[in-house]
Amino acid sequence: MSFLGTDQADGSGLAAPAATGRGSARVVRAGFIPLVDASVLIAAAEFGFAAREGIQLDLVKDVSWANIRDRLAFRQFDVAHMLAPMTVASMLGLGSNPSPAITPFSLGRGGNAITLSVQLFRRMQSSAALTGNENALTNARALKLVIDEMRQRGEALPVLGMTYPFSSHNYELRYWLAAGGIHPDRDVKLVVVPPPMTSDALSAGAIDGFCVGAPWNMVAVSRGVGRIVAVKEDIWPSSPEKVMGMRPQWAEQHPETLARLIIALDRAAAWCDIHDNRRVLAEVLAEQRYLDAPAEIVHSVLLGKFVIDPDGTERTVPGYFSFHDDAANFPWTSQAQWIFSQMVRWGQVPYSRANAEKVRLAYRPDLYRNALAGSPSLPKVDMRIEGGSDDGFIDGAIFDAVKIPTYLAQFDIRSDASDAGKIEEI
Amino acid sequence: MQTALSIIIFDENRIRASIIEEGLREAGHDQVVVLNDIVGLARQIELIRPDVIVIDIETPNRDMLEHLFQLTRSVRKPIAMFVDSSDTSSIEAAVEAGVSAYVVDGLKKERVKPILDMAVSRFKAFSRLQQELADARSALEERKIIERAKGILMKSRKLSEDEAYGLLRQTAMNEKKKLADIAQSIVMAAAILGS
Repeated sequence: MSFLGTDQADGSGLAAPAATGRGSARVVRAGFIPLVDASVLIAAAEFGFAAREGIQLDLVKDVSWANIRDRLAFRQFDVAHMLAPMTVASMLGLGSNPSPAITPFSLGRGGNAITLSVQLFRRMQSSAALTGNENALTNARALKLVIDEMRQRGEALPVLGMTYPFSSHNYELRYWLAAGGIHPDRDVKLVVVPPPMTSDALSAGAIDGFCVGAPWNMVAVSRGVGRIVAVKEDIWPSSPEKVMGMRPQWAEQHPETLARLIIALDRAAAWCDIHDNRRVLAEVLAEQRYLDAPAEIVHSVLLGKFVIDPDGTERTVPGYFSFHDDAANFPWTSQAQWIFSQMVRWGQVPYSRANAEKVRLAYRPDLYRNALAGSPSLPKVDMRIEGGSDDGFIDGAIFDAVKIPTYLAQFDIRSDASDAGKIEEI
Repeated sequence: MQTALSIIIFDENRIRASIIEEGLREAGHDQVVVLNDIVGLARQIELIRPDVIVIDIETPNRDMLEHLFQLTRSVRKPIAMFVDSSDTSSIEAAVEAGVSAYVVDGLKKERVKPILDMAVSRFKAFSRLQQELADARSALEERKIIERAKGILMKSRKLSEDEAYGLLRQTAMNEKKKLADIAQSIVMAAAILGS
């Protein structure tokens, strides 16, 4: 690839990133997007976890994932709050700036939900006789009925928003739609809508629904324009979310700083997991320099307490945000491969063993293990079978990372480009 | 003779967009299209097939463009500016000025650089103008408030205009505060006390 010059420049005597190890604290510049799932980074900076490891964590707020990616590549950030699929895409050379990015640390699980406009949901209720207490799969099937009806009558098909082409939201929304029998590229139109604009776009009728992170689903409900029809826990509880991303060269050049940073984030994540700490966490997150959203909503979201429709129907999802427990921060290589499988399923990239190998390098459990050696909760292996009884996919599928073509062959709904013939082992 | 480059400027700030457009036209680029609204942007990009897209770095709509590029099966693949550059000072200048851009892959660096430099300098000039305007506005506001405070003092303490001003200035010096801040307190106190 001709334009992978950014990181090559790292070795050519240009100025090193800020964390030089001189003086007392090592400065680490971290980019983030104002979302609840930036909690671990924000807690590490605000509640002394980074300082205790001799790190001054400078957080820089940004407005788009593309900016985050570019500023990381151009060395304006040392590390960044990123969508897990961004690291996988970068290693596969996808996107308009495919400079490599890796992750040794996941920032936790949970936080996403799918919201539909109140009108669309009402129509699903009447077409499929929903009472409003149905599960996420029944909701998806009801949407399928409405879409069939729309098609028969020649109406415009629903437009659904998500956040980025290489995002958990894109893949979760597609997974949920497909589980309900809806083809995400033929039966609906998917568009990108920046999360803070989702409820405006919904109320203006520009979109009919969206899949984004917290707190934006709750914000749409509280404004009376949206109805939550599925949360991440319904689709796949372990579905990879945000990670701490970095250039591979930065990790190589600053092993000590990286190890200390991982320790700081590990402690911060454990702290964030304690529900009693979530009020003070919510208050900090709500500040203007972070999320700039109502503290009450942020707090409810952190506790997994949802108001799912404008009539005040409540739902509690205890593990809606899981920042640390059950190895939530461990970069499972099987999860990187699952992301890859979704990219193949939806035609973003062809399957090949060479690509699977590139993907393996995006997730770096070795760096995590190195920093947290001796910790009793370290997983014994880097790869596991994903899905299954207590961590099931909405459609009951099981993911084995070494059998991606077989895994994909079971789905009737997928992109033409991922047809079984083209994804055979090569 | 090289074919002219086609350029799209996407900026929700119309004034800034037209300042950049003007600069590019002066530099001899005659295929410049300015778009201010995200609605219809996708269609315009399909239609115009630009070589360069200049955008405001502060717009979250950049992620929408990324999605669009991902969907396009075109060979003319856009890449983020500076992807093939190790020119850190240019990168810093662009980010500081608030400019981002996409460039068609394979386009020669020396053809694109002047366009990006132009966009960067015009973005900078624009924020300087905005700052000057904000300063001028606040200077005007301050003058107004001082006039009102003087009026209040003249009426309540039966002072001449010069005496009222002298009192304000003396108080500001004693309190080590700005004249306008003292004037503001007087106006506020008068409003509360109803004098």
